[in-house]
Amino acid sequence: MKILVCIKQVPDTAEVKLDPKTGTLIRDGVPSIINHDDKAGLEAALKLRDEVGGTVSVVCMGPPQADVALREALAMGADEAYLLSAREFGGSDTYATATIIATALKKIGYDLVITGRQAIDGDTAQVGPQIAEQLHVPQVSYVEELKADGEYMIVKRQFEDQAHMLKVKMPCLLTALAELNEPRYMTVKGIVEAYEKPVTVWGFDDLKNDLNPEWIGLKGSPTNVFQSFGKQLRAPGTKLVGVTPEQAVEAIMAKLIERHII
Amino acid sequence: MSKDIFVIVEQRNGVVQKVTKELIGESVKLAGDLGEEVVAVLMGYNIKGEAEQLIHYGASKVLVLDHPVLENYTTEPYVKGIVSVIEQFDPNIVLFGASSIGRDMAPRVAGRVHTGLTADCTRLDVKVENYQQYLLSSTSMSLQPEKVAALDKSDRFLKMTRPAFGGNVMATIVCRKYKPQMATVRPGVMEMPVKDTSRKGEIIDVDAGLSMDDMNVEILEVVKNAKKEVDITDAKVLVSGGRGVGGSEGYNPLRALAAELGGEVSSSRIGVDSGWIEKSRQVGQTGKTVHPNLYIACGISGAIQHLAGMESSEFIIAINKDDQCPMMNIADLGVQGDLKVIVPMLTEAVKAYKAKQNAI
Amino acid sequence: MDFKLDKAHQLQQQLFRNFAETEIKPLAKDMDEAEAYDMELLAKIQKCGFLGIPYAREYGGAGSDTLAYTLCMEEMSKIDASTGIMISVHTSLCCSCINNFGTEDQKQRFLRPLIDGSKVGCYGLTEPGAGSDVQGAQTTAVKDGDEWVINGSKIFTTNSGFADTCVLFALTDRSVPAAKGMTAFIVDLKEMPGISVSDNIERMGIRAASNCIVSYENVRVPADRVLGQVGKGFKIAMAALDCGRIGIAAQSVGIAQGALDEAIKYAKERKQFGKPVIAFQNSQFKVAEMQTKIDAARLMTWRAAVAEDNHETFGPLAAMAKLFASDVANEVTRYAVQLMGGYGYCREYPVERAMRDAKITEIYEGTSEVMKMVIAGSMKLK
Repeated sequence: MKILVCIKQVPDTAEVKLDPKTGTLIRDGVPSIINHDDKAGLEAALKLRDEVGGTVSVVCMGPPQADVALREALAMGADEAYLLSAREFGGSDTYATATIIATALKKIGYDLVITGRQAIDGDTAQVGPQIAEQLHVPQVSYVEELKADGEYMIVKRQFEDQAHMLKVKMPCLLTALAELNEPRYMTVKGIVEAYEKPVTVWGFDDLKNDLNPEWIGLKGSPTNVFQSFGKQLRAPGTKLVGVTPEQAVEAIMAKLIERHII
Repeated sequence: MSKDIFVIVEQRNGVVQKVTKELIGESVKLAGDLGEEVVAVLMGYNIKGEAEQLIHYGASKVLVLDHPVLENYTTEPYVKGIVSVIEQFDPNIVLFGASSIGRDMAPRVAGRVHTGLTADCTRLDVKVENYQQYLLSSTSMSLQPEKVAALDKSDRFLKMTRPAFGGNVMATIVCRKYKPQMATVRPGVMEMPVKDTSRKGEIIDVDAGLSMDDMNVEILEVVKNAKKEVDITDAKVLVSGGRGVGGSEGYNPLRALAAELGGEVSSSRIGVDSGWIEKSRQVGQTGKTVHPNLYIACGISGAIQHLAGMESSEFIIAINKDDQCPMMNIADLGVQGDLKVIVPMLTEAVKAYKAKQNAI
Repeated sequence: MDFKLDKAHQLQQQLFRNFAETEIKPLAKDMDEAEAYDMELLAKIQKCGFLGIPYAREYGGAGSDTLAYTLCMEEMSKIDASTGIMISVHTSLCCSCINNFGTEDQKQRFLRPLIDGSKVGCYGLTEPGAGSDVQGAQTTAVKDGDEWVINGSKIFTTNSGFADTCVLFALTDRSVPAAKGMTAFIVDLKEMPGISVSDNIERMGIRAASNCIVSYENVRVPADRVLGQVGKGFKIAMAALDCGRIGIAAQSVGIAQGALDEAIKYAKERKQFGKPVIAFQNSQFKVAEMQTKIDAARLMTWRAAVAEDNHETFGPLAAMAKLFASDVANEVTRYAVQLMGGYGYCREYPVERAMRDAKITEIYEGTSEVMKMVIAGSMKLK
């Protein structure tokens, strides 16, 4: 089975802070990680390969620095890695991103594509389904369990109130939830070998025969950012510091009564 | 000429979901600004009976796609149905709930009709004046006021505002080049409209050319969640626990307090990730957005991702050992102390107060 | 000259750091209290390849190098010095002997399971009567047919409570000084009759590490388990300690950095006299001084590691690194406790453990005094 896994390198949002003066993101010194859902997708792919055989190829669109995310994927056990990186790709929204990635996936070839459900920086959950649309393959998103059954995948699809067990014929695309599994660590040997393997870098020229330049990048994106800004937090209220538990309870009770909670 | 705001109705087992009503309510306001109408798109099987109430909530028209292939949600038949509606009716705006269903089909629809889609919006504006007011009143930015004032007032595109980077930044997105303008909207954010049973509207059956062959996945089994999920977004009072509760047992005193206050227990992400409490009770960017009358944050430091889900609560009380944590800084009342001591004492105090009130 | 880690080493450092933060941090305090190492944690460490870092892939190792091994030692020891010493004794003392002096057959039979993560190794040199001065060694091996019969006991054998394989040093010729009559053997601690391992010796620090007395009573060891040549054991023992000292230097750096990081985190939050403790210039100057020393120790450690990787003479460099780094570890941890005041002294905070753990770095794998002997010996003073 030829499994392609799409990963995104994201800043660890838990560490992202806003510059209080400019309202812009402070990204300096913020570590980059493989997006959580994507890493779960990679783990699922590696397990699947170990069970039924085949290969796992990892695809990442991003700046040259995203190389390290692909090395990490290789060090976890992926067989090959592709970095899609070009100035022409910059500023792409989800539609344009999906266009570029789908073009690369077609060129590589696949039986199964796994993406994460959503990235923690953008939180859109759109790129996976939009890749599936461009590949004209069925998708199942929000996958929390999966197994292969011949030319089918049997997957558990999560909803808020229930789950569906679905059978879907390959080729297909699944979007993985972080809950799917606990991704393995890299191994030391894996890292050594990851840096001995090549990472295939594809720029615009490598994909241009199959890529409509009008549909990619900032210009080709259907959506554009109108404004971006930091959100104002609530104004601080009353703070009681160094009070006894009795005083604390008394203060809370007063508010509960005042606000007609009780 | 693209016209009208279409709301894709989310129904589960034939029941129209709250988010749809919220979307209709919001769409009515936007449609007023545009001089257009709100059209609800109802899809399912034997579903027509639900159409009427959509009009009661504010839709002028309901398009009904009733077909056995739509009985359970699967991606392709629903996407095909919506694409057909878009092709037949040429809407200006199409809105979806940002649920696990809406977020599954909307990107595919956008892909197929080649238009833009903005995910998980928390605010929608058409009128530039409203948007300017929002920017100036509720953002911390560096936005120069003169730049805000200079925005083109005749701009009638939909301005779709959403959080990114886990709620650290807000971004407003526009889609000027293609129609329809599409967005998924976060449940629990828009105001619930008042139902008016006297409202009249049109119910139209639509033929989207669906067939059973459109289904490209097979549903082997529908697995109901074992426990009935409580919807914390409905609760008037939430007693919420974070890292400070220390474990699954630690939620018990919070449950007792919530019970006394007629509320529910909720949690920050750590409690869910640690397996202390079920996922459906998680508040925040990756959980639910809530705005109860009272939110009591117990041992929650207040990571931005959590604040994003609860900061519009009417009144916030924080109990935390660390008086400098973000939650203490946004709370209406923050008390420094050990929740393990204070929460049980508070429960007793509430009990005693209620007993006294009853005696009177 | 490049003082920056290359990308592969950076990624290894990230792995070690993540692993230590995620897997070890939640257990470290409890393991210290229980004075026992967590066997599930050990299994995870083995699975990630942390027990075969600098050894060749053809024998089942990770195929990395000594520099990466020091990164591992530092990151583990930042969180838990006991994990550091467990890895160090296994890697530097036990495995290096077999790797550097074993026959092809011995490497396949004994080194492979140690470095592929199946088995754990230890090293038996120190005896109740022979520490820095090996002349007091009493453990003997007497040839009997195709076997050697070993009698005696070894003290402070790290990992011995759960190790499978021990590189053991015994006197095979008592007519000459120990340095000339000692031979190295590869023994199976769990399988050979006559071996008994004591309870954990109660210690001040690195309490989660296993450290026991191992007694050998008529233990019969086949002749094919002699490591190197008969009578050349002392050279093997000393070569292993040269390797080991790089690991201890890295461990010292880790203990110091871990304690300083904790203390700074605390001093940013803790307010005294109306401002955070870290806002006082005295705190800042002291913290700056400590970080400078840690950085110096780290660079010395990396220098020794790179020299070993380049097959250059590294013994004196390793001794300097250990001498300096272990001193820094003790100074920094003592200061970290001081910066945190009464809380630093409480077992709730990890700097208390770090201060106890730091002391041993000046003692084991050659005391600071022995380090000075080694360094002076390399300076052509006579």
